[in-house]
Amino acid sequence: MDIFAQQLINGLVLGSIYALVALGYTMVYGILGLINFAHGDITMVGALVALTIVQALSAAGIPAPVILVLAGGGAMIVCATLGLSIERVAYRPLRRAPRLAPLITAIGVSILLQYSAALIWGKQYIAMPKLLEPAAINIAGAQLTTLQLAIFLLACTIMAGLLWFIKASRMGRAMRATEQNPDVAGLMGVNTNTVIAFTFILGSAIGAIAGLMIVLYYGIGHYFMGFMLGLKAFTAAVLGGIGNVGGAVLGGLLLGVIESLASGYIGDLTGGVFGSNYRDIFAFLVLVIVLVLRPSGLLGQHSGDRA
Amino acid sequence: MSINALLTGQRVRWAAWVAIALLLLALPFITEAVLGRSWVRIIAVALLFVMLALGLNIVVGFAGLLDLGYIAFFAVGAYSYALLASPQFAVHWPFLVLLPLGAAIAAVFGILLGAPTLRLRGDYLAIVTLGFGEIIRVFLNNLNRPVNITNGPQGITLIDPLQIGGFSLAQTHSFAGLTFSPVHNYYFVFLLCAALSIALSLRLENSRIGRAWVAIRDDELAASAMGINTRNIKLLAFAMGATFGGVAGGLFASFQGFVSPESFQLIDSIMVLCMVVLGGMGNVAGVVLGAVLLTALPEALRYIGPLQQRWLGHVMVDPADLRMLLFGLALVLMMLMRPEGIWPARRRIVSAPTENPHGG
Repeated sequence: MDIFAQQLINGLVLGSIYALVALGYTMVYGILGLINFAHGDITMVGALVALTIVQALSAAGIPAPVILVLAGGGAMIVCATLGLSIERVAYRPLRRAPRLAPLITAIGVSILLQYSAALIWGKQYIAMPKLLEPAAINIAGAQLTTLQLAIFLLACTIMAGLLWFIKASRMGRAMRATEQNPDVAGLMGVNTNTVIAFTFILGSAIGAIAGLMIVLYYGIGHYFMGFMLGLKAFTAAVLGGIGNVGGAVLGGLLLGVIESLASGYIGDLTGGVFGSNYRDIFAFLVLVIVLVLRPSGLLGQHSGDRA
Repeated sequence: MSINALLTGQRVRWAAWVAIALLLLALPFITEAVLGRSWVRIIAVALLFVMLALGLNIVVGFAGLLDLGYIAFFAVGAYSYALLASPQFAVHWPFLVLLPLGAAIAAVFGILLGAPTLRLRGDYLAIVTLGFGEIIRVFLNNLNRPVNITNGPQGITLIDPLQIGGFSLAQTHSFAGLTFSPVHNYYFVFLLCAALSIALSLRLENSRIGRAWVAIRDDELAASAMGINTRNIKLLAFAMGATFGGVAGGLFASFQGFVSPESFQLIDSIMVLCMVVLGGMGNVAGVVLGAVLLTALPEALRYIGPLQQRWLGHVMVDPADLRMLLFGLALVLMMLMRPEGIWPARRRIVSAPTENPHGG
């Protein structure tokens, strides 16, 4: 039982990080219909910027909470700027181009970001200095560290805030209108260019926080870390129904839990034939099964044959 | 157009074809003399990528089904060949049996992927195919336990070279005063296969099936209303595309003599997709151009290291990183300048027959 509880906790924490990254994918997809392949790498840049700030400041004897706020803020600013400029340079000119053209520029931007990061930070793993010694809380025979709790709560707060923002604020309404029909939204006085740029800023800033959480959680950063993370997050977004913000949250949490539980149990269940080295498969297996049963994802609206 | 002009037109076209054929036959020797043998290898690999890109073009370009895991079929073909023609299981089947077998296995995998995903649209399909590619790779990586099938990350070595009758491609042959080293032999086999793929693609494009694919791509609902069996035709696209990949995979395994899961990563799927889209989706000539360009470009960028040495006196930036940077930049710039691809497909406009018998 305690293994189950432990894996559940680990899964929820990991899943909340996936969900934050998935939000960036799903918001951009909802509005532009574009798989923003570079989003995982924006998260990577956020993680490495945060790591650098922490490294620089932790030696100076500044209290840990201040360092974390500064690191998070710095990463958000860098990522938001990056997201905004990528949208302007690589995606906006192709808005009326064939559907796959922006996908290729997204792949190009992703490669550019990865290898720029390799030039700046090098190709080795970078260790995160230990800022705080997280305390452990015992719940139902499982250990929950304060770091895990903090990550989970912060992620939930951000997600709830975003859901509220999209539902209630003026800009959120403009985002939903643009998502439904950019041309008509434009006729109703919504500046769709501003809305799209804002979406990129928002998604990238949230990705930056996810990046900070990842380096805090795992303690290391790497120029290629955004690739698998992006893949998982995109899977989560599709699982929940891409374009649906609530779906991204659900998909992310679900994916994290499934992955943790499956990799924790598969060795016992199959008598050691399949080990946890198959963990990356579960995400995709679940995805295939869900999509076969519900082709628009868990919370996605069923679009008829005429979208 | 008079009969005479038509004849000259045809004659010019024939002359052009003969010239291209001669050029392609002489290409490995010219390349070796000018750029060295490593470039002969590169153009041989480029021909393999031509086959791969043409296969993906059937799925993405003709039928409009975005496939992000295409390299899995290449892997299936390569591993089928490797397992049945290497010391791994101590079986050494002949190439002429293995090539169709590899193609058939890949086609089965294509249908396996296609069948559950028929209901999915657009980007949902993309992510499922991506997952499929990853699943295949993880299995190849881990199926060395409990029974050693794929030999895990080490891959399979000592794969038999191509041998047709008593003629082994791995030996140097002399013919008509020319020396054919193994890489030349493979070049000519790949050239033949690539030419067959091109011919097949061109014939498919204008066939009943090809037109059905395009109809599904443009409007699935209308296509099915016109009596196209969309399920079978989509499955056929997956199977056909996979077949191209399987054949290329078998050739690749014999050419390298070694396969490992390393060669079949997501980035390779993406690379083949880039060839298709960048070259000009749906246009066979454009796709061939895209495949050749994207194979040659990263290789040509290898010269950046020595150039830095010469111009700046020292190597400023790690050449491997710089090469990938420039490659990413090139993808973005090329797409921004030509969103339709370098050589886009011409929309064929079929006009209704007019009253005028000479019209058109």
